[in-house]
Parts: sequence; C-alpha cells; structure tokens
Amino acid sequence: MDWNLLLPLLLNGFIVGALYGVVAMSFVLIYKASQVVNFAQGEFLLVGAWVCWYFLTEWHLPFWAGFLFTMVFMTLFGIILQVVVLRPLIGEPVISVIMATIGLGIFFQALMKWIFGVFARPFPPIFAAERVELLGLQVQPVYLMSLAISVVIMAAFAWFFTASKHGLAMRATAFDQQVAQSLGISVPKVFAMSWAISALVSSVAGVVVGVVNGVSSALSFYGIKVFPAVILGGLDSVVGAVLGGIIVGLLENVAQYVDAEWLHIGNMYAIAPFYALILILLVKPYGLFGTKNIERV
Amino acid sequence: MTAMTPAGDFRTSYRADMALFPTRNTRLAVLLGLALLALLPLPSVARQYLENGGGLAQSYDDFLALFDIGRYGLGLLIQIGFLGIAALGLNILVGFTGQISIGHAAFFGVGAFSSAWLHEHGLPVLVCIPLAGVMTTVVGIVFGLPAARLKGLYLAIATLAAQFIIEDFFARAQWFTGGVAGRGTEPPALLGFSFDREETYFYVVLVAVVLMFAAAANLMRTRDGRALIAVRDHYLSAEMMGINLAYYRTLSFGIASFYAGIGGALYAHYLQFVSVEAFNIGFSIQFLGMVIIGGLGSISGSLMGAAFMVVLPEVVQLGADAIAGGPVDQALKLGANISFLRDMVVGAVIILFLVFEPDGLAHRWRLTKAYWKLYPYSH
Repeated sequence: MDWNLLLPLLLNGFIVGALYGVVAMSFVLIYKASQVVNFAQGEFLLVGAWVCWYFLTEWHLPFWAGFLFTMVFMTLFGIILQVVVLRPLIGEPVISVIMATIGLGIFFQALMKWIFGVFARPFPPIFAAERVELLGLQVQPVYLMSLAISVVIMAAFAWFFTASKHGLAMRATAFDQQVAQSLGISVPKVFAMSWAISALVSSVAGVVVGVVNGVSSALSFYGIKVFPAVILGGLDSVVGAVLGGIIVGLLENVAQYVDAEWLHIGNMYAIAPFYALILILLVKPYGLFGTKNIERV
Repeated sequence: MTAMTPAGDFRTSYRADMALFPTRNTRLAVLLGLALLALLPLPSVARQYLENGGGLAQSYDDFLALFDIGRYGLGLLIQIGFLGIAALGLNILVGFTGQISIGHAAFFGVGAFSSAWLHEHGLPVLVCIPLAGVMTTVVGIVFGLPAARLKGLYLAIATLAAQFIIEDFFARAQWFTGGVAGRGTEPPALLGFSFDREETYFYVVLVAVVLMFAAAANLMRTRDGRALIAVRDHYLSAEMMGINLAYYRTLSFGIASFYAGIGGALYAHYLQFVSVEAFNIGFSIQFLGMVIIGGLGSISGSLMGAAFMVVLPEVVQLGADAIAGGPVDQALKLGANISFLRDMVVGAVIILFLVFEPDGLAHRWRLTKAYWKLYPYSH
C-alpha cells in the first residue's frame, strides 16, 4: 500500500465524485419531476461551460458577471428545451422520450464543436495562488472551490425541497401529478422549472470542471458517468444521487490505483463504473435509496 | 403491423390474414422489384467491358450510362443493405419486443471482428458470415441475461454499459481485433470467383438482405414472434397467458444480436478493414435513429430508416457543395465543419420525427398507398 499515491487519488475521487453528485442530483430532479430520463445531461455541462468561457474570454467580463450571465442563459435554455421539445412528447412511450433527449445530446454536441472547435480551451486563471496546503497535501485552489460549490449546491437543494414553496410543489408533483394539479399546482410550470434548475445546476458543474481542466467536448462524458451514480443511489433519490456520485468518483480512482499497482490492465479509470453498474443492476436494481416499484395489475 | 384495408374489404380466412403477401399483385410487385434491383449493377459492368475494348459503338455506352448508378451509388445501396439488416435486428428488439438497446453498434462490431477473425483462421468468408452471426448471438445472450430482468430505462442504461465494456474489450483484445491497428480481411469468394468489387459484392448483400428480411417476416408469423409482440404490448398479460418473459426477452436479445452480427460481418468484408474506433456510441444511436425514422415495429421500415440515414449525410453534403464559396458558406465555415452539420441534422431529424411522425416512414408509406388506392374518394 502506497499511501502517498492513494491518498491524493482518494481526495481527487472525492472532489470529482462531489461534482458527479451535483450532476446526478440535477438528473434525478428532472426524472422525479417529469419522469424523463435525460441523456443530454452532459450537454448541459458542455453548453454552460462554453457559454461562460465565451463571456469571459470574448466579452472580457469579470468571473462573477460571466458566471451570473451563464446562469441566466442556462435557465432560459432549460425552459425553452422543455417547452419546445419535451412538452409535445408528454405521454409518449419511454423509448421515444429517451431518443428525443439523445437527439438533443447529438445536436448540441455537434453545435458546440462547430462553434468552438474540437480542442480544449483553458479558462482565464481565477485564483492567484497556485497551490494551498490541506492536511499535508498540496491542493489546487480550484479543486477547493469545486468542493465548496458542490456543498453549497447540495445545501441549496436541501433547503429548496424542504422549505421553499416551489420545491414543495415539485415534490408534490413527483408524488402524484393529479393530486398536485387539484391542489392548484401548475404541472407544466413545474416541469419547465425542473428543467431550468437542472440546466442551471449542471452548467455550474460544467463551469467548475472547465475551470479545472479546460473546456472541451469531453465534458459531455459527465452526462454518461451520471448513470452509474444514479443507479447506485436509486433513480428517484436526491440523497442517493449525491452518495452515488461520490462513490463512483472514489471507485474510479481506487480502480485506477488497483490497476496501476497490481492488475496492469489499463483504462480501468474509465471503465470500472460500468462494470459496477451492471453488477448493481443484477443485484439491486433499485439502488441504495430508490423506491421499489411494486406493480399491480 | 396494422395493414390499412379499405372499408368492406375483409379477410375471410385465418390463412389470408397471415399471408406474407396479401394479394397476388403484391407478390408480383416484390418479385419485380427484386429483379430490377438485381439488374442494377449490370450497366456498370457492361460499360467497363466496353471500355476494355469490347469494341462496340459509343452510342451503346451513352445508352447504358442512363442506367448506370456507378460504384458510388452501388456502394450506398450496399451500405443500406448491411445497415438495414442490423437495424432490422434492433427493430425486432425495440419495435417488436419493446426492449431498448443503446449498444447495438457494439454487437455490430462483434460481428465484424468475429468474421474477420474466423477468416484469418482459415474458414472461407461465406461460412464466416453466418458463424459471426452465431458468435454475436452468444455475446448478445451473455449481455441479454441481465437484460431479461430489466426493462425500459434500466435496460437502456445496462446496454449503455455493455456498449462501453465491449468497446473497451475491442481496444484491449489484440488477438481478436488487432488492437489500435485494426484488422484487415478479404472479400468473399465462391468457387474461385471473388466478390471484391461493388458490382459483385452487391449481390452478396442483396441475397443476405432478402434472406434476413424474409426470415424476420416469417418469424413474426410464428408463435415466438407473436409472443414477442405480446411481451411488448402488455407484459403482465403475456406472462399470465403462459409466455415466459425472461426467455422471450433473452431470445429477442439473441435475435437482435444475430442480425447485428450478420450486418457487421457484411460490413467487414465490404470495407476489408475493421477499425477498433468505428463502433462507438454515436453509431449505436444512429441505429436507434434508423429504427425510429423507419418506424418502430415495421419490418420494411427498418430498411427505409437505414436508407434515410445513409442518404441524409449525402444530401447534406450536396447541399453544402451547392452553396460552397457563397457568403453563407464563408460565414459558417461549412467546408471544415461539414461533419458537425451532419451530426446536427441527424439529431434534429430524430427529434422532428419523434414529435411529428412518431410512427416513422413506414406509416407515411402506408398512408400514401391508401391515399392513391382510394383516390379520389378518400372518405
């Protein structure tokens, strides 16, 4: 056991996992509110990161202003997508809806490549300090920022769903659409809102990853990494999504460590979550916290 | 498959209802269409013969040129053929059984590599192609076993995982795929005659398409085929009627993989080279696009969807070429970004079909036929 190697990997896994958790949360939000499985979640990160990059480098806005504009843009983006593409598909079979989000994913992936090119572009530096000391480890400040933002978003989600009026309306809609409607909740509005929040939160994650690694189409892979996380946590559980994200982040890095030390297979970092995914589906398809779906005729 | 028959036109026997071709004319039309298809490569062959000193007059050449679709056109038809076979497999899974797979391209790849690998071990290509189908079926059933318990979105995610795992396997298994260098292979040969050009390979694909589509059409007339449809329509009722859900879901996965394997093998021997990177998730999504555009649960629709997906990029390319050099072209930098434009069009077309024509091209074709059949008294 080489702790000097394993410990930074674990820390990295935790930080990246927290980001997975954030993206998984926004995925679960859409699924809970409108029963849509969003295969274009990764493209939310991608579009958000590119838009923020554009504001910062082409318009030369300060970071906070660019970030704010990005959030406004992504909110509108989410609402427009829901109203234009997903609303006509309400009531269609699950396959059609999945395919529509896949279509959206291809579309925006290609559009972003067209506008911004295929190469990764770095964000302008945001922090003055190169490294800070944490528990005896050298950590980049952007990583700390990423962790802080993840925690803030998770806290905001917790507050939103337990204390705010709109969050309660959303939970009511997820519980039973008809009852929610009879209580005066506008279900279409809730759907649009869930997409807006999801796009917004994902884009925050996208910007964070962009600041750390540079913006490129590789960002949309986060949308695929989300699946092991949400399946592990249970598809309709927000807490499960966060935990699942962190576990997947740790698993990736531990797999890489095990591979580098003993197995020497290569590429375990990218592929281990999918093996885990198949195993979970075989053993416990409803995940750690998901509702068990009991079918009655 | 709801056939649209005019009012008052009833089938009087069970046999008539189950017939592959409802009337003698439809059978004639299909046979005539096949015969015409079989004639397609001949003008090209004849012209090459003339060029090589056949010694006939120029006017013959001009006449033949009218019917010559060229290697390029034949190549497109061959692509439609093997993609159509694989799409049909996916349609049996998605359209007829109601299961979803986002890993079809991976199975297509398994077929391609299996056939190339078998051929390297000394088997003739025409034996390799069906064997590759069988090998892919085995792989498909391995991944289909967990799928037997899953449906809808869980299955979508499981097959997504299968896609990445198989893709990773391709990159790693050098003995099987040739690693990053890829694997070269040879065209099929029969009794010393090599099907190495578009004009000849066309017939290999044509025979395969006819066999596979006829097999699928017949499968849907058997107990097994109807069981698949019952699983799709209401799996609880199906189970109560004594249909073994796990068995039929796995069977459907196996059949889909078999079709993908055959399509992949035909692809491998057409290109004579199989690259590890070809079978990515984007390709899988293209297969799903074919099935949706063609029409879920329609056998002929699978071929229409494949044709649509093959022709669409060509049309985009033509459109881009037509405005090349113009101000629009300058502003959008089309020349360098044409592949992105194609991807965008594919994504947009999938969404547009889902919103405006969820039953696909096959449904539109039936409506068109009904319109002319009943013209001018359509009500």
